[in-house]
Amino acid sequence: MVGATAILTGCSPDKQIEGLNFGPDDITFLDELGDTIIPETDTPGAKAVGIGSFIVMMVKDTYNADQQKAFVDGLNMIRKEFKSEKGTDFVGAPAEDRLAYLNGLYEQYKTSENKEPQVINMLRDLTVLGYFSSEIGATQALNYVEVPGRYDGCIDYNKGDKAYAIG
Amino acid sequence: MANQSYDAIVVGSGISGGWAAKELTEKGLKVLLLERGPNVEHVKDYKTATLPPWEVPHRGRRTQEMLENHPNLRRDYVLNELNLDWWAHESDSPYVEEKPFTWFRGYQVGGRSLLWGRQSYRLADVDFEANAKEGIAVDWPIRYKDLAPWYSYVEKFAGISGNKDGLDILPDGEFMPPMPMNCVEKDAAERIKAHYKGARHWIMGRPANITQPLPGRVGCQYRNKCSLGCPFGGYFSTQASTLPAAVATGNLTLRPWSIVRRLIYDKDTQKATGVEVLDAETNQTVEYDAKIIFLCASAFNSTAILMRTATDIWPGGLGSSSGELGHNVMDHHFRLGARGTIDGYEDKYYFGRRPTGLYIPRFRNLDGEKRDYLRGFGYQGGASRSGWNRDVAELNFGAPMKEALTEPGPWSIGFTAFGEILPYHDNHIRLSDSVKDKWGMEALVMNAEIKENEKNMRKDMMADAAEMLEVAGFKDVQTYDSGYTFGQGIHEMGTARMGRDPKSSVLNGNNQVWDAKNVFVTDGAAMTSAAAQNPSLTYMAMTARAAAFAVEELKKRNL
Repeated sequence: MVGATAILTGCSPDKQIEGLNFGPDDITFLDELGDTIIPETDTPGAKAVGIGSFIVMMVKDTYNADQQKAFVDGLNMIRKEFKSEKGTDFVGAPAEDRLAYLNGLYEQYKTSENKEPQVINMLRDLTVLGYFSSEIGATQALNYVEVPGRYDGCIDYNKGDKAYAIG
Repeated sequence: MANQSYDAIVVGSGISGGWAAKELTEKGLKVLLLERGPNVEHVKDYKTATLPPWEVPHRGRRTQEMLENHPNLRRDYVLNELNLDWWAHESDSPYVEEKPFTWFRGYQVGGRSLLWGRQSYRLADVDFEANAKEGIAVDWPIRYKDLAPWYSYVEKFAGISGNKDGLDILPDGEFMPPMPMNCVEKDAAERIKAHYKGARHWIMGRPANITQPLPGRVGCQYRNKCSLGCPFGGYFSTQASTLPAAVATGNLTLRPWSIVRRLIYDKDTQKATGVEVLDAETNQTVEYDAKIIFLCASAFNSTAILMRTATDIWPGGLGSSSGELGHNVMDHHFRLGARGTIDGYEDKYYFGRRPTGLYIPRFRNLDGEKRDYLRGFGYQGGASRSGWNRDVAELNFGAPMKEALTEPGPWSIGFTAFGEILPYHDNHIRLSDSVKDKWGMEALVMNAEIKENEKNMRKDMMADAAEMLEVAGFKDVQTYDSGYTFGQGIHEMGTARMGRDPKSSVLNGNNQVWDAKNVFVTDGAAMTSAAAQNPSLTYMAMTARAAAFAVEELKKRNL
């Protein structure tokens, strides 16, 4: 995988995101990426919390221009490379293929010297943030205690007990 | 037309000003409390205090717009979308960094009492005596025994929780029951006690968070959202504590949007007769008269008001005859310490979000020890289990990672050191002759730096933290130093110090300006030395003490 250069040299007819113009298809793509990172288990996955729209909002509001470019270029790269590797669009591909592909990218990110491609860590970060701070994530996947009312410094923890939504 | 007249005017409504207003109104004085910013009403104006995480637009992250608009606030944790309105905006209120300086201000009713860290520690004899014993700066005109009854007085009303630890270096106070340590902290504190044989202590923090109800205040609910304003009155703020008491007397007039430009000084009586106020909304100038004036505008702003006062007599302003007005700027230097992890407590957890941690009182340069620096430092920190916002190194994506993050992670601990900065004459502030704020007032020029003493101290601050964590059984111990710029401690002190001699101090032992006895300065400006402890409790005690003195002097017709 060669990251952003693939986009420059490629001649795919596939839709590419330009600037920060995310269309409905792009939101769907992000929903599926997020749902691959945090899938439905006994609690809903990231798609159920509208992770695609959340990620777009965060990229627009909190990322600087360089980060935005790295994100959009990276997303275009994923869309294109996934298709050329697996022969199908990411959206609609079998869940195992999607997970294997994203895990591969994340391994590449973790082991590469200059932490590339950045986009996979950005997707992880915003998916984890958006999911666990959402109402579903906080109240179903985690233990949301709005007003504890007391502090007990030492209680037993049993494997499987949920962590607190607010640390 | 004659100016409106009061018995007393209090400038600033933060921790010190709130106390001045309460004490003076309760003693029967008609008080005008001036605040430069907008009103913030208790409970009603705590707009984000009960927002669940999913209603926080950026989930606490900073937007590019926030970063661009707040080049100073972004330097530390204070830039937060949830309480951005409570930090003074740097473009409206600029200051000049002749040397790097970070100044975080709260320009609204309640000031930084809404935002403070709430750690409440008494200064000790060793702190009040240090300048005299070491020949540094000037001697404090008071000793611990002068302030001790006033510490007790303000602690009872403000509500401080803590343990009576019986340490000379950190005198006990009138505490509500302490918040508990968690299992890891408790065991670690025992190991420290055993290893250092009582020479070092890990104690429970002493926050101004109440563990029992007080009138009008329910008490701490362990939400740990103090800096958004507490609808339960769980922590001490002007709004929760001193303002309601002052209002209840019927003697208080609160005037927000009132920027005090200067005091009006009468050279015949050598007293201030009132204040000149710029209405921040209308830009009209208004004058008010009073018998006594309390400057509680936060250290540098109280000093700036003095600098603009009586300049026809003293070009440097009221109090400048000492040569010390604006000098001896202090703060606490920090942002370094150590972190570690611990195994063996995977079956332990806690319930509730405790709004404080542990405290490690000063242990250096005591009992005859002589390091390559003077004074010392304390630590704040604590242990907790990490949450969903962590890396799980061995897992990538999918259900296993999701499941892992829904359970608490490993225990870790961290301590940050807070060190004393000596009062150096050449660390100073002054009025700018070119830069002005939104209201046309001279901005302050900051010229302060830490020196050899503090730099030497920082080596111990980091190394001692690591040593103690290892002694206490932690592993993967790592030291850190995130760098410090002056002011970042948000503990501005000095610039109008107390002393025994008008030739070398701005204030006397009762916080009276030597050159205008009916003007009192009782905020951080008055500090003669900084000690290592968080200073706000000392401002409360000094203010209550000075208010009692002022009223006695009024009765005796000495003012």
